Amino acid sequence: MSDTLTKLIFGRLTIESFPIHEPIIVMTFIAVAIGGAAVLAALTYFKLWGYLWKEWFTTVDHKKIGIMYMILGIVMLLRGFADAIMMRSQQAIAFGQNEGFLNAHHYDQVFTAHGVIMIFFVAMPFVTGLMNYIVPLQIGARDVSFPFLNNFSFWMTASGVVIVMASLFVGEFARTGWLAFAPLSGLDYSPDVGVDYYIWALQLAGVGTLLSGVNLIATIVKMRAPGMGLMKMPIFTWSALVTNILIVAAFPVLTAVLAMLSLDRYVGTNFFTNTLGGNPMMYVNMIWIWGHPEVYILVLPVFGVFSEVVSTFSSKRLFGYTSMVYALLVITILSYLVWLHHFFTMGSGASVNSFFGITTMIISIPTGAKIFNWLFTMYRGRIRYELPMMWAIAFMLTFTIGGMTGVLLAVPPADFVLHNSLFLVAHFHNVIIGAVVFGTFAGINYWFPKAFGFKLDRTWGLVSFWCWFVGFWVAFTPLYVLGLMGITRRLRHFDDPSLQIWFVIAAVGAAIIAVGIAAFLIQIAVSVLNRDKLRDVTGDPWDGRSLEWATSSPPPDYNFAFTPVVHDMDAWYDMKSHKYARPTEGFQPIHMPSNTWAGIVIAGVSTVFGLAMVWYIWWLAALSFVAVIGVAIFHTFNYKRDFHIPVEEVIETELRRTADLQAAGA
Amino acid sequence: MILPRSLPWHRPLRSLLPLAALPLVGGCDMVVLNPAGDVARQQADVLMISVGLMLLIIIPVMALTVWFAWKYRASNEKATYKPNWDHSTALELVIWSGPLLIVIALGALTWISTHLLDPYRPIGQISSGKPVPENQKPLEIQVVSLDWKWLFIYPEQGIATVNRLVLPVDRQVSFRLSSSSVMNTFYVPAMAGMIYTMPGMETKLHAVLNKPGTFEGMSAHYSGAGFSYMNFKTTSTDTAGFDKFVAGVKAMPNRLDTARYLELEKPSEKVPPMGFGGIEQGLFTRIVQMCVKPGTPCMTESMQHGGGHGSAVNSRLPQQGERTKGALEKAPSEYGVSPHSSGDAPEGSSAAPGATDPGSDANRNMTRNATPAMPGRRAPALG
Repeated sequence: MSDTLTKLIFGRLTIESFPIHEPIIVMTFIAVAIGGAAVLAALTYFKLWGYLWKEWFTTVDHKKIGIMYMILGIVMLLRGFADAIMMRSQQAIAFGQNEGFLNAHHYDQVFTAHGVIMIFFVAMPFVTGLMNYIVPLQIGARDVSFPFLNNFSFWMTASGVVIVMASLFVGEFARTGWLAFAPLSGLDYSPDVGVDYYIWALQLAGVGTLLSGVNLIATIVKMRAPGMGLMKMPIFTWSALVTNILIVAAFPVLTAVLAMLSLDRYVGTNFFTNTLGGNPMMYVNMIWIWGHPEVYILVLPVFGVFSEVVSTFSSKRLFGYTSMVYALLVITILSYLVWLHHFFTMGSGASVNSFFGITTMIISIPTGAKIFNWLFTMYRGRIRYELPMMWAIAFMLTFTIGGMTGVLLAVPPADFVLHNSLFLVAHFHNVIIGAVVFGTFAGINYWFPKAFGFKLDRTWGLVSFWCWFVGFWVAFTPLYVLGLMGITRRLRHFDDPSLQIWFVIAAVGAAIIAVGIAAFLIQIAVSVLNRDKLRDVTGDPWDGRSLEWATSSPPPDYNFAFTPVVHDMDAWYDMKSHKYARPTEGFQPIHMPSNTWAGIVIAGVSTVFGLAMVWYIWWLAALSFVAVIGVAIFHTFNYKRDFHIPVEEVIETELRRTADLQAAGA
Repeated sequence: MILPRSLPWHRPLRSLLPLAALPLVGGCDMVVLNPAGDVARQQADVLMISVGLMLLIIIPVMALTVWFAWKYRASNEKATYKPNWDHSTALELVIWSGPLLIVIALGALTWISTHLLDPYRPIGQISSGKPVPENQKPLEIQVVSLDWKWLFIYPEQGIATVNRLVLPVDRQVSFRLSSSSVMNTFYVPAMAGMIYTMPGMETKLHAVLNKPGTFEGMSAHYSGAGFSYMNFKTTSTDTAGFDKFVAGVKAMPNRLDTARYLELEKPSEKVPPMGFGGIEQGLFTRIVQMCVKPGTPCMTESMQHGGGHGSAVNSRLPQQGERTKGALEKAPSEYGVSPHSSGDAPEGSSAAPGATDPGSDANRNMTRNATPAMPGRRAPALG
């Protein structure tokens, strides 16, 4: 076969693209292959394929999709954390003559992949998963506005994950840093597949994120239970609403900037090149116009989680609900006016820098108000130290410091000496781990009994909590110190041996966090084994306040047999205190959306399209693109999109719940 | 706007600064907080004042968190319990206005200090209480970040160095900076904050070093495979030492002309310091305008706009074969391969030294680019 023909068929994919000479990757691949084969064999042996396909892959139930997002986030947390361990180990040993165990080619991919994965495929699935699961329950709805779109969104996110993971084994990932700044990410300086993997993983996942944003906005705006005015919405739903508004406004900017970078790379345009009128600064500018709101997209939902948790476990109404809502809105708007603080050092004038520095500081006012509101929710409460509340206290202590260093970085003269330093790295881990990760664990521990009908094990939960909390500070305090010693980020080797001790301490911290992650997985396993002891049949194990606690755990497919009527912000607490009687008769058949294969199939074919574009396999790209459009059009002719749950089934489900509640003595 | 020469409040406050730094300093050398240059020192002052201002609110919040968390624990039946208390206008006023006041103070500090310490603005003083002598001309140094080393051109002295920066103590320095290929930042923590270097653009930095000594300098913005070794020593010395350094470099036979620059510009890493006894006039301008290569027209020749900070857009016309083809424009034979990340030496570099020199320390070097031989490599003599 001639070389040209081979390249027409396989593009630039060659045998060298596979890691046959890379021991770390080969071992990883063998482990993944054996593990994967074992899982596949087990699924086949236990005849679970049909179950997975019918109950999970094709589901349009927001609860199952929410759980799948969380599982995706946990799996990718392991991958992203493996990258973190590699970086911490490399930096702990690579001093003087010792070059460490990662060459630059490998190390540079590791830090790029770590950032991309942790933001896009860990934090985003976590917050999306929580919003997906909880929001419809909190507003008393039976599902989201567009159930099929929800399924499709999830699979597009998964599609991005598949592409990132493929880069580990075939070819390589970008060596550019997580935002792939031009001109380094242009064809002139990164001709390999790495940046193309980056672009297509984010573009495909971005479709999912954007559609999920549209879906949740429509759900919150249109599907609230009667009586739930905007100012009676639970605060988590409020934060979900503003988060999704941010998503819908910000993600198209990312899509556009990556599309322009793709045009530079694929058709030879010159948006971000050094010559021919291109301007690399514009890439930096535009990606941060998305990038800064993205920070709030991650953090606002967990602010919502903490509001729910603090109020519930303090057994008290949330202090300053109205000001909490206004704080959310102010943060939403201001988050679009601060992006330039990411590149003060790029030579903007002093007035421009001052303006963006001051707008950034102003954001700390509503954020500070939220902290105070949580504080005064605890004030004169009766605080129960269940796991979610412990995460909330750890968050308040940790995030305060992260917020302070953030405001410090907003002062341009301070930023000039701290930008791109390890101080900056410590800062954003301080806010992302301190808020997003802690909030996710608070949320998981808080809502797990709702999703599965039993609580999570407390002992292992405590081990996980303390390891994360202590591990975080052990890992990142040295980075703050190193930043003040003038040490910058993304270095894989150091000359000054006196710095080594700090990196060793940071590595110890990472190891402690590793124990925390392991303890979390053990916590889930132990809880599943002891599920009968941890069982909660009331559906309201924490004496909750919002509507998700009004239904059974796990909720039936239809969430609520009758749509609740809301009279107060704490709707379920209000119902309980007015001796609400659960209706036990008068049930009707319930109209529900049908499962569909279209989401996973379209996303699957999109993945093929992405991989074909990465490897210049044009025929496959064209074919799969046409297939995506074709399947989407074909799906529009599917008229069997809904069904009714027969009234007998509803009655049976509800009678079982009545019996459960009586048995529990409620 | 009339601005003071330096931050007026740093003197009285400075005595308090070590207190604020107490939790941070563990006996190590915090060059950012204790720099050798006046600009970095003022930046450190701003940093510490800001921390101090914020601690006014951070410490009470953290203390209240711990106190409330302890006092209102469920087992403490004696504590007041008011499950429906959820509003207090007075308290809300305090929690919004407290941070607001801090931000107003911090905002004022930001506005003034950002203008004062604008890297484009010539420095207002040599050091605290020591104004810039009226007849002192700033030393101009042209800085170019290359893959992966730093080129410093001293136009008045007619010399150039690579990976070696020598400055006279207490002499204001005016840096003009650019880059040959991708973005970097020029950062000498002991001297002043960092500034980006960007291809086709010029940035500026004004600074001074007040103490003699040798300090670390680096690129702080990731720029590719050789980034980790893209650092250089910065030495400040007295005038006599500086003159000796200049004379030493001047005596070197190498001249930095177009051909030598184009050779130097090629990617290399771990480059030891070099010196050039002569320079070609106008080289820096041609680097900024991206027309070092003979026959390439400069930006100013093909466009009209441009301004004080250097033009941001390079709309120079393409030369034959210069434009990079997009993937879809390429014939299959032009695709290239994308091997998996491995220790394989990429095209163009020599074989790993392990085969020829098994005992060499260089064998540990697994980075992508081997250091190419540069003719005339020699460390400049220093005073």
